[in-house]
Amino acid sequence: MQAPSHTAEHAHGHDAHHEPGFLTKYIFSTDHKVIGIQYGVTSLIFLFFGFALMMLMRWQLANPNTAIPVFGKMLEALLGDVAKDGIMSPDLYNSFGAMHGTIMVFLAIVPLAFGAFGNFVVPLQIGAPDMAFPRINMVSYQAYFLGGVVMFISFFIPGGAAKSGWTSYSPLATVADLAHRVNGQTLWLLGMVLLITSSLLGAVNFITTIIQLRAKGMNWMRLPFFVWAQFVTGFLLLLAFPPLEAAGIMQLMDNLFQTSFFLPAGLSVSGNPLPVSGGGSPLLWQHLFWFLGHPEVYVLILPGMGIVCEIIACNTRKPIWGYKALVNSVLAIGFISFIVWAHHMYLTGMGTKISTFFQTTTMIISIPSVIILTALFLSLWGGSIRFNTPMLFALAFLPMFGIGGLTGLPLGFNATDIYLHDTYYVIAHFHYVVAPGTIFALFAGVYYWFPKATGRHMNEFWGKTHFVLSLIFMNLIFMPMFMQGLAGMQRRMADGGATYSMAYAKENNTGTQDGLSPKIIKMNKTVSHAAWALGVVQIPFIINFFWSMKRGRKVTSDNPWEATTLEWQTPTPPPHGNFTTPPEVFRGPYDYSVPGHKKDFTPQNQKV
Amino acid sequence: MSDNHSTADLKKHIRTYMLVFLALLVGTAITVGLYYVHFESVALTVSIAMFVASIKSFLVAGFFMHLISEKKAIYAMLLTTAVFFVSLMFLTIWAMHDYPVIKP
Amino acid sequence: MEIPYTVEARKDTGLYNAKVGIWLFLASEVMLFGALFSSYILLRVGAASGDWPAISLAWPHGLLNIPIGTFNTAVLISSSITVVMAWASLKMHDFGKFKLYMGLTLLCALGFVSIKTYEYHEKFTHYEVRLKDGKIMTGHIQGSPMFWDLKTLADKKITTLDFHPDAAKQAAKAGEAPAAKEHAKHAPIPVGEITYLSSFVPKHHTFFAIYFTLTALHALHVIGGALVMAFLWLPGAKMWKTDPERFTNRVETAGLFWHFVDLVWIFLFPVLYLL
Repeated sequence: MQAPSHTAEHAHGHDAHHEPGFLTKYIFSTDHKVIGIQYGVTSLIFLFFGFALMMLMRWQLANPNTAIPVFGKMLEALLGDVAKDGIMSPDLYNSFGAMHGTIMVFLAIVPLAFGAFGNFVVPLQIGAPDMAFPRINMVSYQAYFLGGVVMFISFFIPGGAAKSGWTSYSPLATVADLAHRVNGQTLWLLGMVLLITSSLLGAVNFITTIIQLRAKGMNWMRLPFFVWAQFVTGFLLLLAFPPLEAAGIMQLMDNLFQTSFFLPAGLSVSGNPLPVSGGGSPLLWQHLFWFLGHPEVYVLILPGMGIVCEIIACNTRKPIWGYKALVNSVLAIGFISFIVWAHHMYLTGMGTKISTFFQTTTMIISIPSVIILTALFLSLWGGSIRFNTPMLFALAFLPMFGIGGLTGLPLGFNATDIYLHDTYYVIAHFHYVVAPGTIFALFAGVYYWFPKATGRHMNEFWGKTHFVLSLIFMNLIFMPMFMQGLAGMQRRMADGGATYSMAYAKENNTGTQDGLSPKIIKMNKTVSHAAWALGVVQIPFIINFFWSMKRGRKVTSDNPWEATTLEWQTPTPPPHGNFTTPPEVFRGPYDYSVPGHKKDFTPQNQKV
Repeated sequence: MSDNHSTADLKKHIRTYMLVFLALLVGTAITVGLYYVHFESVALTVSIAMFVASIKSFLVAGFFMHLISEKKAIYAMLLTTAVFFVSLMFLTIWAMHDYPVIKP
Repeated sequence: MEIPYTVEARKDTGLYNAKVGIWLFLASEVMLFGALFSSYILLRVGAASGDWPAISLAWPHGLLNIPIGTFNTAVLISSSITVVMAWASLKMHDFGKFKLYMGLTLLCALGFVSIKTYEYHEKFTHYEVRLKDGKIMTGHIQGSPMFWDLKTLADKKITTLDFHPDAAKQAAKAGEAPAAKEHAKHAPIPVGEITYLSSFVPKHHTFFAIYFTLTALHALHVIGGALVMAFLWLPGAKMWKTDPERFTNRVETAGLFWHFVDLVWIFLFPVLYLL
């Protein structure tokens, strides 16, 4: 990055040659690469913050009702009575749980996968000078940032942050904190409105850019799969978020103006009837929430699949197997994802006809997902595999996502979900897809595109160390959770299931021998230790990231990985406007090892 | 939309706009007039009201928003949206009305 | 650095960027209002029986002023034609006509919001009162205050509520009572008899909750669209001199949004006022 040399006062009329000031260049930039990095840095900070919340929660689960070492006192100082004597109260546990989910999904993963990687890479890969609407791009980041600030502030207001789950089901979301009119839930809802605005603006930008700004010769079936994935993700965000925004507005009305959109008649809280009109429906909130909630999980995974595809093609030195199948599958996933949502609601008393409908669509959507995974696996066959750090993460993504996806099947079946719903099995399932799934893909993307953004490589040794240790600990955290869930351990229990354990039953003569076995309860400790170890293992990654920016091994060319896609055919880092001359595309995205060609890769903009 | 309309073309379009405007006003009058007619079933009342509203919206979308001469890409996108909107409405209402009834 | 296809259309799609963008945005708005309409249907169907706990849960009918709503509909439809005429004027290079039609559009927008404000005020000064003997009345309070409830009566230490029931008003209008032209007959109510007092605010009934939410969100869109058009009418109009085609596209894009706002109202009006 060039050093800023002039202040904003020096900026004159001739726009092509003046040096923008620091504020215009780094804070109020409309350049998609800067905005991508802004999204990246902010989302990584929130990723760390959400992870920290979980690490604190894991203490409470492993050692219920004991003071948290070191951090317990800090929590008490910051948050008061909810952390009295350094012990995490159930209310605080619920708060941290709700915010861990919210922050990870909406403030970390989506902004990183879509906002950061999407913004930085997509215009480059399609041969465009920038996004279609650069100023709207800037505003979308600012809305995201503000939403994050609002969510962060909510921890410190009276009553604390939202504590009704990231799913914010009514009526709990309305009655959880009746003592304060403007409470954590209010700020959660306002924060969500800002985040949804950011996503909508981003989606409009991405879709328009991909439709309109493809370079000459870049027709639809020559697009890198990463771009297709982001295109579909954009549509998911565009069409699925508004119903949640509508629901959010209605819940805000319920919370602030005592309406009864989601409150049924005759509701009583702590023995007192709630002074509202009634006549609403809690199920309505669930439908509107999950109408977004389900496409949202595809928003979480599709960009990751795109990243993995790019890295596998490049590091096997051969074209991806089944490009057409991949494209059709991702389009199918996008479409079907809108009609599966009520598989999150099997236990709400829906009848057999509607449940069967949703079960059927849920089973159908697993097919294109498997096709994508299979195509990526098959792409490895006969490849000349380079086991560098990005490739290791991309390779690990495949079986990890496989486990996550396959364990979703018993949840998608109505009958088995009756037993598994709301247990730790669900937590294990979705964390497998997002944590060793998407996050590994995102790590792969960081190591892969770091040289293009900074002109330096990240350290390979520490990268591989980061990979091996993260892989081990991710599995140690989430594999036991499948067993805990199958044993019947419910979600969101602040004491880790202690009151439902066999030991508790024995001690308190509850009249039953049944309960969670000591083995299952003890797993809480293993999982917690693995979680803290995973946290420690990220430290080399963070150090590597910052150290390599200044001291990493310099790249010897603009295309250090010898890749075919257009982002590698620009100067490093790409200047404002990206391409010195508008590129023209002559071939598909994965022309590796083409027989008769001089090199084992042929860039898309190379004519012969 | 730089498909350069000639002045003659535009004058024709303006005539169309005026006709649509009148049709919309008439449509509104019909909508309100029908309010005072009593229909036997709720379903019929709602259907008729929605039918009139749909005609009016087709006029606005088709002529004022130029959808009638718009490009395929826009149609495709709007059709997809319509499918999802209908799914949201229909499936949610179905879900809230399909529940097991326990017979004693 | 120029972003291509900002003004001229891309050959294979036939569209310029902002047109793609605004249609995408309108698609998301369809989902937003669609979700609210779906909620309306669900809430209304769910409230149909109204047997328990009181008839107060039944869906009210005829509480909105239809003539005013009809007039507002005509206002918005008129604004749609004026905005498309504004764009057509630019296409025919008649800047003066553009200014005229855009000005008329803004006038209609202002009119719509003003009428809506009047309607809201009308609701906020209209009350339902329930008495200990089970009687339920609707009407106005002397002086037309807003947002009164039982707590207000206690705070203001009022012992008798100076209430003008609606039925009496209508009877007065029909000329049944001798002093028909004066105040409608009013029924003072001892405050001790009142179990419930509320104006027609969102929390009074889910009908009002969804009515206010839908119309307020729509009104916000009206105001937003009007602000954009006002910008294009005044400071933004400078672009006509430097880049007329781009300016025309901007007016077209704003017009598309405006037509959508009209479209939503075309459904809102019958659904809320008539059905």
